[in-house]
Amino acid sequence: MAEYNSELDIKGEICPFTFVRSKLALEKINQGEILRIIVDYEPAIRNVPRSMEEQGHKVISINKINDTDYEIIVEKNGLKK
Amino acid sequence: MDFTEEQIKRYARHIILPEVGGEGQEKLLSSKVLLIGAGGLGAPCGLYLGAAGIGTLGIADFDTVDLSNLQRQIWHGNKDVGRYKVDSAKDSIERINPDVKVVTYKEKISSDNIRELIKDYDVVIDATDNFPTRYLINDACHFYGKPLVYGSIFRFDGQATVFLPDKGPCYRCLFPSPPPAGLVPSCQEAGVLGVLPGVIGTIQANEAIKIILGVGTTLNGRLLIYDALDMKFTEMKLRQDRTCPLCGENPTVVDLIEYEELCEFKA
Repeated sequence: MAEYNSELDIKGEICPFTFVRSKLALEKINQGEILRIIVDYEPAIRNVPRSMEEQGHKVISINKINDTDYEIIVEKNGLKK
Repeated sequence: MDFTEEQIKRYARHIILPEVGGEGQEKLLSSKVLLIGAGGLGAPCGLYLGAAGIGTLGIADFDTVDLSNLQRQIWHGNKDVGRYKVDSAKDSIERINPDVKVVTYKEKISSDNIRELIKDYDVVIDATDNFPTRYLINDACHFYGKPLVYGSIFRFDGQATVFLPDKGPCYRCLFPSPPPAGLVPSCQEAGVLGVLPGVIGTIQANEAIKIILGVGTTLNGRLLIYDALDMKFTEMKLRQDRTCPLCGENPTVVDLIEYEELCEFKA
């Protein structure tokens, strides 16, 4: 399991608010830190990573963690080096 | 700051933008914008600024709503005829966004009160319809160092630009002094296509928001000219005039001046 600095559980949330909340959580951590985002809205595992990368954040991994939930691991500004 | 659940939803489309984000939205929510004029330009401008979550929106206008205003002043309705424009405007903004603190000013702007009026604001928007007030606003923004978003309309033609303190030209670099009375068709009696102030007023809101966010390129140093009849946008480069009576090397305008109302058909 990936190492992370903070975690955001947004199960029950749908797009675009999955990304909105993920982005707000990223704004609160430092450059280079890792955020773990937990979603249960399946399209979010494509939409959130795509938007993250467009804005310079590095998507480290996307994993199914149980029957309903997924984790998206993101490094803040990881593509802006 | 932490956004409320309502704010996260309300400002989601701003927060998504890389140029805004949560940080930019916070800047908007803590900003103070003064809108001078609650008419044709002020209505669309104020509505968009309110919707965007400008924290404090000052609105100055001494006039009341007339039925003939409603063809273009879209934040007033039939029921508002006879009310102060700023009261009607305040209701419209509060209906859209309770985050905005609306401060209304019903006094006529003069050299005596303009400093007090603008001093606490980050950005001033000129949405007026007459030359004396335009010069007064321009001069006051120069003296007190306020960014000024300028807009004007006439028939089918509109103009917009941004004047920044100590950077680029001011209104007097463009037009050193008001035109003589009678030369320019009167303000309140001149016809105007109702949509035109909608276009220019929204451009003014756009520029004010960019100034607050510190993103993009403003109209500073450029006069945007819009021809609604032939649907053309053109641009004129503006340079600071070294002989400008206000911001030039040897200024002759060193204090606020109140020009006479030039309107022949003053209502």
